[in-house]
Amino acid sequence: MKIISSETHFDFMGKIKMAMTISGLMILIGLGSIALSGGLKYGIDFSGGTLIQLQFKTAPDIELIRDGLKTIGLGESTIQEFGTKRDILIRVQRSEEKLEAVGSQVRNSLGEKFNKADITIERVEMVGPQVGRDLREKALLSILYAIIGIVIYISWRFELQYAIAAIIALIHDVLVTMGAFSILDKEFTLVIVAAFLTIIGYSLNDTIVVFDRIRENLRRKGKNTLAQIINTSINQTLSRTLLTSGTTLLVVVALFVFGGEIIHDFSFALLVGILVGTYSSIFIASVFLVYWDSRRRV
Amino acid sequence: MYRALKWKIPLILAVVLGAVWLAYPLKEKIALGLDLQGGMHLVLEVKVEKAVEASLERLADEIKRGITEEDLEVDRVKAIFPDRQVSVRMVDKLDLPPVKKVMEGYPFFSLFSEDSDGLGLIYQMSADQITQIEQNAVSQGLETIRNRVDQFGVSEPTIQAQGQRRILLQLPGVKDPERAINLIGKTARLEFKLLDEENSLQQALQGNVPEESEILYQRIENKETGAVTKDPFLLKKRTVLTGETLTGAEIRFDSDFNEPYVSLNFNSVGAMIFQQVTRENIKKRLAIVLDDNVYSAPVIQDEIAGGRAQITGQFTSAQAKDLAIVLRAGALPAPVVILENRTVGPSLGQDSINKGITSIIYGGLLVLAFIIIYYKLSGVIAVVALFLNIVLLAGALAYFGAALTLPGIAGIILTVGMAIDANVLIFERIREEIGIGKTVRAAIDAGFSKAFHTIVDANITTFIAAVVLFQFGTGPIKGFAITLCIGIAASMFTAVFVSRAIFDGTMSRIKLDKLSI
Repeated sequence: MKIISSETHFDFMGKIKMAMTISGLMILIGLGSIALSGGLKYGIDFSGGTLIQLQFKTAPDIELIRDGLKTIGLGESTIQEFGTKRDILIRVQRSEEKLEAVGSQVRNSLGEKFNKADITIERVEMVGPQVGRDLREKALLSILYAIIGIVIYISWRFELQYAIAAIIALIHDVLVTMGAFSILDKEFTLVIVAAFLTIIGYSLNDTIVVFDRIRENLRRKGKNTLAQIINTSINQTLSRTLLTSGTTLLVVVALFVFGGEIIHDFSFALLVGILVGTYSSIFIASVFLVYWDSRRRV
Repeated sequence: MYRALKWKIPLILAVVLGAVWLAYPLKEKIALGLDLQGGMHLVLEVKVEKAVEASLERLADEIKRGITEEDLEVDRVKAIFPDRQVSVRMVDKLDLPPVKKVMEGYPFFSLFSEDSDGLGLIYQMSADQITQIEQNAVSQGLETIRNRVDQFGVSEPTIQAQGQRRILLQLPGVKDPERAINLIGKTARLEFKLLDEENSLQQALQGNVPEESEILYQRIENKETGAVTKDPFLLKKRTVLTGETLTGAEIRFDSDFNEPYVSLNFNSVGAMIFQQVTRENIKKRLAIVLDDNVYSAPVIQDEIAGGRAQITGQFTSAQAKDLAIVLRAGALPAPVVILENRTVGPSLGQDSINKGITSIIYGGLLVLAFIIIYYKLSGVIAVVALFLNIVLLAGALAYFGAALTLPGIAGIILTVGMAIDANVLIFERIREEIGIGKTVRAAIDAGFSKAFHTIVDANITTFIAAVVLFQFGTGPIKGFAITLCIGIAASMFTAVFVSRAIFDGTMSRIKLDKLSI
């Protein structure tokens, strides 16, 4: 069976302008959304705070929970359903360094409005502001280190301009995914950073397969221009690119649908990242190779 | 022609059997992360500056005694914070040289300045000494917490120092997290102090606290409403006896009301002091103070010999039991605060496992169905390789003792998706080679060899990202990074090695004119 014929001759290079416009728009909208919402929305991992996941026997009235919480003065809090109506996620800005557990404090405060026995504390996560700062720094550094490591590897295996084109493509992917997160008002947590690093790795995977073919075709170049060679290479690898992205998407969709609330955002990030990564390895990375080449010749 | 198969097949069998042996039975061999089995992840910070403070206070007392023993008249000796100095004030200027002599016995104190009136000296504690005290506080704290956790009964806890002043604890399967936190984090500084009955508590509460006294409170919890009231006591600051002389603490039940209490045993030094204090203060009240909370303040009825005492209060038996544990394990040299706490209940953990497995099954089936439809018999080879891939992954997880976490399950799922990639690269290449008219055998050879470099290059970049992630991540994320790393390595092995061996093995038996790909 074949979905894509191995003899395709799509003119990808001819669609560069359109691709640049689409990418530019996606990134601009994403960055705009981030700017409008005053920066990225950090989860408690990075901002510090406390998160409590409760399960009620029957679906509770969120307003009653809000009233109950007022009595203990936890500061600003958000209350939302988490997956089902019975599962409630409470987020408070305050992180409790003292030994009184916030979880039980919350449960006690709800004791007036609900039957305490009907409430189970499923999960408590508390991150102090200091740890939040540490983690934020670590997360940024880790992305930086990953990029540096990859640049070194690709420049060694290929040439520097390939490495730079690959990095531009992966920064593109990360920016678009970040924008999607901001637009959908999703939070940045440690797990999301893990997803981003995976996207970085994945996006490169695709890009490198194309680069590899470009390099191979360059050896028997003939009279073709670089742009033509790149176009041929993309066409030759197209079915593989789409197949692999397809199978990976299948499993990520399975994770997104069946994996549960806790890794929902993680699988969402992967989903977006893989789609964008596939697109960028076809349209973005190669464009910069051609651009580089044309400048060198001038 | 296929001589390589002679060693390839046994090697593959050995690797696969090894993996099965390492990972079977799964339940015992693969550890689950805290997010899957439920439990607590805590990062504590030891407030080391408190240990330095306490040490400085103790030294100030000791220096004062030392000077007094030289028959000199001391005005006062005071510890100064946060400068970490000790100031010695004398009554007579002529006494300063002998004080300096006494201070020579403390090499970690250096003379910082002399008061302008010639009556006082200020000594600075050395940075080395401070570091020493801080390190001791962390290592002793770690030891004490380990003792407490051992007695609390957690299976396979992880307790280790992290950086300079942090302690990392991982307590799998803790059922009552709140109780665990109380047990671990309690400083458990036990002190006996006499009540100040010469001065009025009322006046002290209005702000007139005598210099040698302090106000501490007793927390009284109403068992029905849960409301807490605080009862003030005016106590003498001087501690007559501390928990350091304890040899044992146990939970007992009083015979009249069956109320739990904690019975204490002192060593001979403690027993002696206790006897002396009780003899000299009959009919006065002695407060039992734990971490600046008054537990009880009974009237001393008689001299108490034998070194026994008891702490009564409104305990539940769990509370009394925990109190006995912390007293037995000893006090923390400095208080701790919680920097990070991640607690997952066991039911949520099980729920995550179920959902993770469901996604693996559905995701896996989708991929398998797709790949077999798309590549027919060759697809079946890819599927076999994929299965082996998961077996290898399980074996490697067991071998490295890496815990499986929820993101780790995601890593497995992703591996399933990506493992197919190597096969796809090879198969597409083979199709191309057949397309330009090569024979089946030549096409397979060319397909594998041309795809090989691409597979390595493409996987190594993902590998770099995964290794960085492993370095920086904690707990669940480390689990993700490690499954990803192992998954990449395993998928390269299965695609390049196992698929190839199956192709070659088939070809060595049957001569193919047409490949089912």
